[in-house]
Amino acid sequence: MTSRSGLSRRTVVSTLGLGSFAASSLLPTAPAQAKDTTVGFIYVGPKDDYGYNQAHAEAAAVLKKMPGVKIVEEEKVPETDDVSKTMESMIKLDGASLLFPTSFGYFDPYMLKMAAKYKDVQFRHCGGLWTKDKHPMNTGSYFGYIGMGQYLNGIAAAYATKTKKIGFIAAKPIPQVLINVNSFALGAKSVDPSITTTVIFTGEWSMPVKEAEASNSLADQGIDVITCHVDGPKVIMETAERRGIFACGYHADQHKLAPKGYLTGAEWNWITVYKQFIADAQAGKAPGNFVRGGLAEGFVKMSAYGPGLSAAGRKNVDAVKAEIMKGGFSVFKGPLKDNKGNMVVPAGKALPETAVELESLSYLVEGVKGSTS
Amino acid sequence: MSDATYPARRTLEALLAPLLALMAASALFSVFLLVQGQSPLDFLDLTWRGAFGSWFSWQNTLQRAAPLLLTALCVALPGQLGLVVIGGEAAVVLGGLAATVVALPFVQMGPVIVLPVMALAGMAMGGLWIGLTGYLRARLGVNETIASLVLAYIGLAIFNHLVEGVFRDPASLNKPSTYGIGDDNMLGSIPFLEVHPGIPVGIAACILCWVLIYRTSLGFAGRVAGGNTKAAQLQGLPVARLAVGACVLGGACAGLAGGIEVAAEYGRANASLAAGYGYTGILIAFLARFNPLAIVPMAVLLGGLGAAGGLLQRRMGLPDATVQVLQGMILVAILASETFYGRVRWFQPRGAA
Amino acid sequence: MPALDSIATIAVAMLAGSLRVSTPFLFVSLGECLTEKSGRINLGNEGVLVLGAMVAYAVSFETGNPWVGVLAAAFAGMLLGGLHGVMCSLARVNDVAMGIAIMLAGTGIAFYFGKPYVQPSAPLLPGIPFGFWLESDRFRNALLVSPLFLLGVAAAFGLHWFLRTTRAGLRIRIVGDSQDAALALGLPIDRTRLLATACGSALAGIGGAFLSLCYPGSWNEGLSSGQGLMAVALVVFARWNPINCVYASLLFGAAGALGPSLQTVGFTWGYYLFYAAPYAVTLIVLIATSHGGRSLRGMPGQLSIGR
Repeated sequence: MTSRSGLSRRTVVSTLGLGSFAASSLLPTAPAQAKDTTVGFIYVGPKDDYGYNQAHAEAAAVLKKMPGVKIVEEEKVPETDDVSKTMESMIKLDGASLLFPTSFGYFDPYMLKMAAKYKDVQFRHCGGLWTKDKHPMNTGSYFGYIGMGQYLNGIAAAYATKTKKIGFIAAKPIPQVLINVNSFALGAKSVDPSITTTVIFTGEWSMPVKEAEASNSLADQGIDVITCHVDGPKVIMETAERRGIFACGYHADQHKLAPKGYLTGAEWNWITVYKQFIADAQAGKAPGNFVRGGLAEGFVKMSAYGPGLSAAGRKNVDAVKAEIMKGGFSVFKGPLKDNKGNMVVPAGKALPETAVELESLSYLVEGVKGSTS
Repeated sequence: MSDATYPARRTLEALLAPLLALMAASALFSVFLLVQGQSPLDFLDLTWRGAFGSWFSWQNTLQRAAPLLLTALCVALPGQLGLVVIGGEAAVVLGGLAATVVALPFVQMGPVIVLPVMALAGMAMGGLWIGLTGYLRARLGVNETIASLVLAYIGLAIFNHLVEGVFRDPASLNKPSTYGIGDDNMLGSIPFLEVHPGIPVGIAACILCWVLIYRTSLGFAGRVAGGNTKAAQLQGLPVARLAVGACVLGGACAGLAGGIEVAAEYGRANASLAAGYGYTGILIAFLARFNPLAIVPMAVLLGGLGAAGGLLQRRMGLPDATVQVLQGMILVAILASETFYGRVRWFQPRGAA
Repeated sequence: MPALDSIATIAVAMLAGSLRVSTPFLFVSLGECLTEKSGRINLGNEGVLVLGAMVAYAVSFETGNPWVGVLAAAFAGMLLGGLHGVMCSLARVNDVAMGIAIMLAGTGIAFYFGKPYVQPSAPLLPGIPFGFWLESDRFRNALLVSPLFLLGVAAAFGLHWFLRTTRAGLRIRIVGDSQDAALALGLPIDRTRLLATACGSALAGIGGAFLSLCYPGSWNEGLSSGQGLMAVALVVFARWNPINCVYASLLFGAAGALGPSLQTVGFTWGYYLFYAAPYAVTLIVLIATSHGGRSLRGMPGQLSIGR
């Protein structure tokens, strides 16, 4: 990602190898009158999960206060044809002209099907799957590079751990999750290479009892800092606090749940993206089709530091964050081995957060205990 | 013939009792809404618009009803024999998985081959899974309700393990899925009407099952066994085989539902299959009193409630659980209405006076 | 010796897990046991569990006292169980089906009214530190036992004594075993069953309170993963004996801890299958103890699932 200062539309709309594509995507489709734009948000889980869905819903709540915007929301919509019907219902019955189906599994086939049927409605999907020439122009995707946030979490964890063992509770071994696990482990190893990261897969995006059980299992192993990638991290943060160990947040700000042990956290900052999309729609332009950004672009932010993080730790996290904000930072740098001893990134090669290789990542790096199958 | 109108009166009784129950549930739910400061009239209006008010709403309703017709049969068929099988969910997901995986070697041969293969594989898998419950019940005396429930959890675990393991298409990065059957092999929606193809299949299955239960000697034997096991055994009816057979047939319906969902919606098997169709099917079967023909309107009713749920969330700000509260009230009321059968003299057979 | 160390880790995790996870199973299975002894089955206890969890959390948050929350959960359970009892006393109403309806209604009501309580943090029930004398944090935590667990064990012995020796317990057993005998003795069948169902559901409600106020100690809609339904299965393999319910619940809790603890020692393969271990254990026990269609020892004769 080429990073420039400020948050102009051009920096926000990064196009991966299609540098000047953003401009050509400004097809005038929406009516130019300044009447209310109806925007539909669809969530896969409850809006108040302290996690993935809440991060989107919080942004939607801010948008509600903007003039000329009407927000309609529906929560707990499964990744089945139900979501097509929800989209269609928002279009037909609510008059929505811009839709944000926020769950990964909504894209193919449901959103694509609806986009083909309703060509003058704009669909933007959270998950970053849109490819030019393959997918219709009234669709698009946006996503944030939150792995950097987990890298910073890892640095913070390294300063807090006494046992040199940290843990990660993950839903499923898919690339988006594995990037976070590896980033967390690499962040910690950048401070102290002897730190190991134990990963537990729960198999489900939301399963509180299993998540609590996993947190306790990790704590029993002497692991004293944990983070996670599940839809609602509430139970994990609370369990960590009760066990007297440290925790790094994910998705949203969870410091209230672990006032003593919360170090920092990687949060989404979707409002940046949504405001831009809606401004485009209101100006009669089509919103960007391929929108991505990380910490530097304001798509992702870090929680305020908790009391468990030492001054030295804060200083290091701040320094690396400043480095990341400059752009071009790579978490995955060669020589890098996976935890089975294979070289996954050769010496001299660095994968920035925009690298295509990362999108099909399937390994756990050296120092992570666990396997992906 | 002393009582020519009795069959008509019996049908009327069977229609009136659930209708009254439905009205009672609506009244109770209205009170529930009024206490919350919400208007029952708005609720009714939105439910109507969301479920049946336009052709789009009908499509939405029928879409949701389609898999439920078949999963309700998975409960109703064993139900006719007095068995309460509640594990249809696993038959749906495993049926969908089997349909996809078995069809994969044939994808080059076009839909004429692929679709029947999928249907057969889905039915075989579903039949096997629920049949196992029937076998445990008939041969070992393991309670079928509990066995089917436990097997549902185990089946889902096996499904997830396989989809995210050996059968996974490595290209399905962030949503683990099997390989696809290809767009050319998929089952399109019905031309012009744009209705889910599961609807005609489901309705046909309901009619066939009704004929089987009420118009064949096999069905009669099953109903006798369901009514009184001891009497059936004394008559020399193969009670155990009938029980296993009903479970296999019911499971085949649920497995077919999974296969159709793959063929019509996803094109591949993944976690989207586990959308709770099997569990909603239980409600419908009970609402229909295990009568396959009554399953059709009940599936449409619950499909409609599901279709309206989104509109209720968006317009009235009601939580998504509202529909669940209403479903619960309807089910309690309809089950309680069982007690009215046989209470009113007028509906009863009249002897030659 | 890493292998031995791993085995020890898993063993400790399963012990700790069985103490942590078993309590909801224990309460629901005790409640179900009482209900079934009177000759009726209540699948609605799954709904009671969820409603109890919500009510306990909400009341604990509003009053600041978790014990008031536990009482409120028991009361809410009693009401919902009472509804089941009343409905099932109507002629021709199927108790298995009604249980499913009650489950749906209870869960729906809990989700509906529980929305505002997903976010706040309510005061929880503190555990009793039986391991205070130990050095290792791991063992200390494993022995941090919830007072509700102790209450559950006490309730099991109490229920066992009640059913065995008291007059009321005997009446319940007669009503459950033989309707004819109960009629001959002039026992109030419906009223006995109604009371047994309501009290059973009150216990199940306390099981729900454990979920939200002890472990995992939080209210949200994914809290129950079918514990209420599985408890019905537990009663079968506990042979309708309250003391056995304790062992069955502990075994179930230990099997549930197997999945995560295997992963902490680096064994990740097939985690879905290991998470299903409790269900596999249930199925195996059900099959192993089946009697080829004959009714099981200890099983109440009037129970619909036996016919």
